[in-house]
Amino acid sequence: MPINFIHPEYEVIRDFNKCIKCRVCERQCSNEVHKLDPDHNIMTADDSKCVCCHRCVSVCPTKALKIVKSDHTFKTNSNWMPETITEIYRQAESGGVLLSSMGNPKPFPVYWDKILINASQVTNPSIDPLREPMETKTFLGAKPNKIERDKDGRLINNLPPQLELTLPIMFSAMSYGSISYNAHESLARAARELGIYYNTGEGGLHEDFYQYGANTIVQVASGRFGVHKGYLDAAAAVEIKMGQGAKPGIGGHLPGTKIGSDISKTRMIPEGTDAISPAPHHDIYSIEDLRQLVYSLKEATEYKKPVIVKIAAVHNVAAIASGIARSGADIISIDGFRGGTGAAPTRIRDNVGIPIELALASVDERLRAEGIRGNVSLVIGGSVRSSTDVVKAIALGADAVYIGTAALIALGCHLCRSCHTGLCNWGIATQKAELVKRLNPEVGYTRLVNLITAWRHEITELMGCMGINSIEALKGNRLMLRGIGLNEKELEILGIKHAGE
Amino acid sequence: MKRIYVNEKWCLGCHLCEYYCAFANSNIKNMVDALKDVTIRPRIKIEELQSISFAVSCRHCEEPLCVKGCISGALTIKDGVITIDKNKCVGCYTCVLSCPYGAVSPSDHGVMQKCELCTQNGGEPACVKGCINKAIVFEER
Repeated sequence: MPINFIHPEYEVIRDFNKCIKCRVCERQCSNEVHKLDPDHNIMTADDSKCVCCHRCVSVCPTKALKIVKSDHTFKTNSNWMPETITEIYRQAESGGVLLSSMGNPKPFPVYWDKILINASQVTNPSIDPLREPMETKTFLGAKPNKIERDKDGRLINNLPPQLELTLPIMFSAMSYGSISYNAHESLARAARELGIYYNTGEGGLHEDFYQYGANTIVQVASGRFGVHKGYLDAAAAVEIKMGQGAKPGIGGHLPGTKIGSDISKTRMIPEGTDAISPAPHHDIYSIEDLRQLVYSLKEATEYKKPVIVKIAAVHNVAAIASGIARSGADIISIDGFRGGTGAAPTRIRDNVGIPIELALASVDERLRAEGIRGNVSLVIGGSVRSSTDVVKAIALGADAVYIGTAALIALGCHLCRSCHTGLCNWGIATQKAELVKRLNPEVGYTRLVNLITAWRHEITELMGCMGINSIEALKGNRLMLRGIGLNEKELEILGIKHAGE
Repeated sequence: MKRIYVNEKWCLGCHLCEYYCAFANSNIKNMVDALKDVTIRPRIKIEELQSISFAVSCRHCEEPLCVKGCISGALTIKDGVITIDKNKCVGCYTCVLSCPYGAVSPSDHGVMQKCELCTQNGGEPACVKGCINKAIVFEER
């Protein structure tokens, strides 16, 4: 046997005084960490297989388990960190690209946490959201530049198609394939109940979910999986996916092992074949090309549905967004570098793209400066973690936010970042029937509805603090924000003052 | 009448219902004290074969064969709930043999035991409360 260079990252700690040997840990671990040793009648664990997903910890009826990070150490080195060394061992063994899942975990600055929100005192009264009406309704889509009247002076309705949201939060694109049927059902049902939208991602729309069409955004991505007339007709809006925050400039690859009969049918590809989304759209090499696709989709949907263009936040995002705002798109969605994924090359995920806070501020600024902000609505995503992140995003200029990771966490995800193994113990990022059934959509959708309802309470509470009773009045209201611990350049890009100013 | 139903589609075969049942009927306050190094005799049992699993407990039949067959009058039906009087049970096993679901079984004390919907334990049945995937429900149908 060759030398095993890799020491387990986590250790399973079992309190044997509490363990009743019910073996639920063993039955519920898809990584086969736990086993009953029949000779000694004792539960054992293989730490090397543990991904730290907490399934066993959560289901243990006597709370006999915990997972700790191994304190096994390399000789201290500030340059060659243990993770770096281990990654080299891994690549020396496999010869392959390192794969990761979910968002960028590296310690880059989180600008949300360096922004503070204002509150009213004395001269401008704050509002109690429990006593006064609070409006969180949001409309997404292009807004007309001028009021038009007919020859009799009556208003002409020149409003392009809009999406109506009860609050400015939507579930971001996660394909059927990357997440399970039950996860999709949970998102779809929650979106309908909440009066918001969920997004199919690029994996097509399962026939069972056409009933949620009024709350569905369908995606057209570079692989064009599952795109047909019925798919476009079913949706409330169509999103062209140009890029994804977790892996800008990279396509997708759903391995053939995950393409079972249902997914094969939904994606319209043969069973067992790899679903490869090319890095670029092969018919889009310019804004003019993009415009053609935007208008093809508008033609196909008879100009009744807004078209969204989704891009990853990259260095020239403001210029790119300016182009998109002139392409006929109704909504631009921007995904920051902390956005999640079901699988991405680790190096890309951890090093490519820019923070969404900076991207949002610069895009909003640029579109305003060019007088085309009204051409499009701005939706941002890529690690919106709480209601305060939502409020800060709106104040920085977003019309709405997409949440993906937060929604999955509500469904049970513990961010073990092992989606790419397909063995998700929480029934989310897996297609194995025995794992998928662990996510009962009845439970899942209730948890999603609870999460957004809680956020709605907090958002109206925060609006009340600021003396704002309509989310519209918060939009782009950067005076409500102050930076803390940020340098001049960062404040300039964010377009906010420093705390105390 | 509310009964315990199991939705096979959501049963994960984790067996936790068995342990919560055994704990609820142990009359011991702490689960560890109640179940540590104990071979449990739950009143709800998981039936499983490969990928199929579901929990089985007393159906509280409208015409219960166990009550009909009981030679000592220990099994009675009241307001739809079938209960067993341990003082009357003579341990003849007629109920065990006659129950088509295998929901009556011997207890540690010689007499028979069966699910009584946790009527003695107060509130919602322990298996329903403990089910991690809402596969076991307590409802009118």
